[in-house]
Amino acid sequence: MIELRNLSKSFMTSKGSVDALRQINLTIRDGDIYGIIGMSGAGKSTLVRCINMLEKPSEGSVIMDGRDLSTLDEKELRSMRRQVTMIFQGFNLLMQKTCLDNVMLPLRLSHVPREEARARAMEMLQMVELPDKAKSYPAQLSGGQQQRVAIARALSTNPSVLLCDEATSALDPRTTHQILELIRDIHTRMGITVIVITHQMSVVQEICNRVAILEHGTVMEEGEVSEVFSNPRSDATRALVYPEIASAIFNEEDDGQRVRLIFNGAPAARMPLIASMAIDCGILASIQSASTRSVGGMTYGYMTLEIPGGPDDLARAVNYLRKTPQISVQADVHYSMKEGQA
Amino acid sequence: MNQFQRAFTSESLAEAWEIFLQDFPLALWDTVYVTVLSTFFAIVIGLPLGMFLVAGDEKGIRPMPRLLMRILNMVINFLRSVPFLILIVMVIPLTRLIVGTSVGTTASIVPLVIAAFPFVARLVETSLREVNPNIIETAQSMGATPIQILLRVMLPESVPSLVSNFTLAITTILGYTAMSGAIGGGGIGKIAIMVGYNRYKYAVLYLAVIVLVILVQIFQNTGSWLSRKLDKRLKH
Repeated sequence: MIELRNLSKSFMTSKGSVDALRQINLTIRDGDIYGIIGMSGAGKSTLVRCINMLEKPSEGSVIMDGRDLSTLDEKELRSMRRQVTMIFQGFNLLMQKTCLDNVMLPLRLSHVPREEARARAMEMLQMVELPDKAKSYPAQLSGGQQQRVAIARALSTNPSVLLCDEATSALDPRTTHQILELIRDIHTRMGITVIVITHQMSVVQEICNRVAILEHGTVMEEGEVSEVFSNPRSDATRALVYPEIASAIFNEEDDGQRVRLIFNGAPAARMPLIASMAIDCGILASIQSASTRSVGGMTYGYMTLEIPGGPDDLARAVNYLRKTPQISVQADVHYSMKEGQA
Repeated sequence: MNQFQRAFTSESLAEAWEIFLQDFPLALWDTVYVTVLSTFFAIVIGLPLGMFLVAGDEKGIRPMPRLLMRILNMVINFLRSVPFLILIVMVIPLTRLIVGTSVGTTASIVPLVIAAFPFVARLVETSLREVNPNIIETAQSMGATPIQILLRVMLPESVPSLVSNFTLAITTILGYTAMSGAIGGGGIGKIAIMVGYNRYKYAVLYLAVIVLVILVQIFQNTGSWLSRKLDKRLKH
């Protein structure tokens, strides 16, 4: 079990002290796949580096299985780091060494005899399904393969915790999926605790059971993934759950009147909203753009409808949509007509 | 007819050719011997020193007292800024102490090493600083000691860069050997100055230059080829 207690970290810069983390309190249980999600600059990387003491916390403590890591000396820290290993966004393999040598490295660093290390490394490469790449150099491998080798390397010392620092952020969606699958598989097989740092909600959705939302160095929300995502309480969470809203911009060049619907956890999936509006009001709205996703049976996202006719029709449509039962719709009315606003 | 025109009459060319056949084989051997040995010793001293400069830096993997690093940097900068000809004279007592004499081919190795090792240390420093800091962090995350990071991560990762920098060092040292020829060191440089310049046999001077150019080409091409060959980042 890993407990972060009142963890704070500040950096001294030329402009003074900057708080990267403020009073973080988290508990990560053994066997969790724990997601820490946030936008860039939220402090995720600093947080994960405090867990293996690559960054020394300014205040507070990291307690692993009852031991306060800040009390460890250099030697104890090094042996702790063989138990808490890490994979990275950039894979960080030694480019001048073969894959086998890369996987052997952590073992050789802890003075495991060469032959024994080689056997263990081959076993690890088999687990990540790349035994035939043992003699290849990282440059000859794809990104996904390099990350597999990095995973084999991280697991060679048989750790109890695996830290993933944006481990899939440099990969395409398909490869991301495969790597996450591998991590989940390893988690099941080795019973390892996994901490996943990411800015992608899809990653958390796919493999995590618990999640913490980090913003400006503070934990905004924390809990079971389904719970946090189905009922986002903070703006930071909402921005992560449906990032499209922030970026959805009306094209001002186009004529026409539009209504923007924002689904903020509405059970709208089974509502024939546009069809019923056509029947009830005779307004034949067309969808201009939409991006919604379903989390725990609730719909999040936005939809932009073009409403034909004049300002009257627009007003009727807005009224109708606002009256729609069982749906929390924030109707945003935008005009971009040259005649001016109604 | 001026001196330069006189240098290329058929007689003087024939004479130069004779000198070339007679003296150059030994001079070439002297030059290569001095260059290779000096480079070797310069690396023996410069490589650990360069590693120390990187590791002991304020933001290095094993920061050392700032005063120590500052003194070390000052000494290196001092040695780098002394003109080589003056350095040769300055280190004569040391040369006598090590070699027993301050003149001759072997004796010229001492000032060459002293001039070259700070240069090599700086080259090693640049090579090691090129190593991706993320890889160093990764090694730290594996529980590597500073010595292990240096020897098992930074050094292997910078091999291609080190090889091309050592190539630069050996060609520079080759240039220095020509200067040491001026004050008693043997080699091609000595013939160029003693015979070619002092005795106005300019054809010999040009022949010597051609031989030096060919030597530099050989060292440079071999070094570049080796560096490319060793670099596993290139797909081949």
